[in-house]
Amino acid sequence: MTLLTHLFGRLANAAMLLLAVLVLNFCLIHAAPGDPVQVIAGEMGGASAEVIAALRAKYGLDHSVLQQLVTYLRNVLLGDFGYSYYFNQPVLGLIAQRLPATLYLAFASVVVAVVIGTLLGVVSARRPNGLLSHIVTVLSLAGYAAPIFWTGLLLLLLFGRVWPVLPVSGMADVVHPKAGLAYVLDVMTHLILPATTLALVFVAQYSRLARVNMIDVLSADYVRTARAKGLPERVVIFKHALRNALIPIVTVVGLQFGNLFAGAVLVETVYSWPGMGRLVFDSILRRDYPTLMAVLFFSAVIVIAANIVTDIVYRLIDPRIRGGAR
Amino acid sequence: MSTVEQTLIVAPTEPSDAGITANAAAPGTTSAPAQPVAKAASPARAALRQFLRSPSGVAGAIMLLLLILVAILGPILWPTDPLEIVGLPFAPPDPDALLGTDYLGRDVLAGLIHGGRATMTVGAVAAFITIIIGVSVGALSGFFGGWIDSLLVKISEFFQVLPPLLFAMVLVTLFGPKLTTITIAIGAVSWTPAARLTRAEFMRLRDLDFIKASRAAGAGNWHLIMRVVLPNALPPIIVSATLAIGVAILFEGGLSFLGLGDPNTMSWGLMIGQNRNYVLDAWWAVTFPGAAIFLAVLAVSLVGDGINDAVNPRLRRR
Repeated sequence: MTLLTHLFGRLANAAMLLLAVLVLNFCLIHAAPGDPVQVIAGEMGGASAEVIAALRAKYGLDHSVLQQLVTYLRNVLLGDFGYSYYFNQPVLGLIAQRLPATLYLAFASVVVAVVIGTLLGVVSARRPNGLLSHIVTVLSLAGYAAPIFWTGLLLLLLFGRVWPVLPVSGMADVVHPKAGLAYVLDVMTHLILPATTLALVFVAQYSRLARVNMIDVLSADYVRTARAKGLPERVVIFKHALRNALIPIVTVVGLQFGNLFAGAVLVETVYSWPGMGRLVFDSILRRDYPTLMAVLFFSAVIVIAANIVTDIVYRLIDPRIRGGAR
Repeated sequence: MSTVEQTLIVAPTEPSDAGITANAAAPGTTSAPAQPVAKAASPARAALRQFLRSPSGVAGAIMLLLLILVAILGPILWPTDPLEIVGLPFAPPDPDALLGTDYLGRDVLAGLIHGGRATMTVGAVAAFITIIIGVSVGALSGFFGGWIDSLLVKISEFFQVLPPLLFAMVLVTLFGPKLTTITIAIGAVSWTPAARLTRAEFMRLRDLDFIKASRAAGAGNWHLIMRVVLPNALPPIIVSATLAIGVAILFEGGLSFLGLGDPNTMSWGLMIGQNRNYVLDAWWAVTFPGAAIFLAVLAVSLVGDGINDAVNPRLRRR
């Protein structure tokens, strides 16, 4: 099976999964207590009988449940995820506005977490009983146990009150708007705290994982061979050992993307980062169901996309799988 | 919330020697079905001895016991009602209110002591739900294989594409922020790691000789699953159950932080969620409940690691 047929299979599977998510969304809305139209009407601040009837017709609520499901699926396929009465615009537009900021935050965190996590893991694996190794173990435990919103609030307290050197809120300076390169730098400074907060959890995991993998790999025969050949230690570690130790990390990064996304929602709420997190927070507060359901759907899209990308990267860096697949 | 899955993902890939230890006692199963339970006492005692040798595991267990004790004895230790306004809002820690008051003027220490009850109950019950669903799905899947396995794997795959916290958030928003809804939602969204783990264990054990022997002796499927395979698959399941408590506590916090806590029941998450906007005015109202969550999750994961080391000797040297 070539990479392309494999990819095709994955995409077909992805389509099925997304369809299932839509059906679940539909069922959840119907299972939830309360009439959806009454909820929408409530959000509009009350509506007349005609408007309610019009809404019923618009959402096909005067039809059978099965027909409603078909209408819902057709609307989504046409890009209509419903209308948010709180934000007073179509849900799809809302998501499109907010998604880039979240992806930006998520990617920055992944890069920080993978680089720092792997380095910590590698360094501590070289002396499994050394001081640094113990520090990494303690840090990874702490990073695991500390609620992400709590570390976020503590950092906010530290940099907002005690040592105000970093911006703690928003994505850019709105009082003195910047342009060009200064704007990019401004956004990057605003990104430091949210990205660090989000990365901390994952640094904890990846360093632990990298450490375990490196300890395994460093005792492998090919590493002994490389050392016996007289290669410098740096080459042995970074060229022979690390490459192999990275494979499980790539897998986990892909599998964790959903959690990363959920973590981003919490972190954004702490630092008022203008991404999906704020959107989620506001739509929970306003019981804005169409927006919430669309967020759930798009988070599934992101998770599936991340899984497919991971799968491809995995196949590219691991020659054994690549060979076997052809 | 997120870290935890990682541990659960890693755990199953590491070959568990625990099953093999348990299998040593297994020949008894072929002759008398009731025996494995009796025989299992000895590996369990060995694991307990092993656990007591791990300083971090014991430390975690002591922390956890203390937290549980405080939660149980709470009303006796500090009878102040956590929902009652006792003074001015944002009063800093002083002898009257040892840990200060929150944005409404409620006692933070009372919140901590009474809130632990709700948070830890949610954690334990949600973890129980997680394990019941996960183990049932994983056991059926791994034991029967074939179309049952394909179907259940598909269902698990579906649940894995929905980020658990976001899914729980949608459920709680739709069905209302009550403690029961929150608990069920957390349990219902986080069972897939337990299912994967159980499935792998069942598939590994299914074809071992003592299981075949039991089957040949006429044991039915239900008996095989519950009395023969499950006891041998238990050690990694217990570890993942312990970790699931930590995840659930973090989830309760995350949901409350997003405004989905039960406003009528004080919990650590609710304290953070309600006071987070005032963190710069009253650091104590957020810092202490956060530290409580941190300690509880830390304790649970230390215990989990300790059990894992005790039942999984190969990994101990790491």
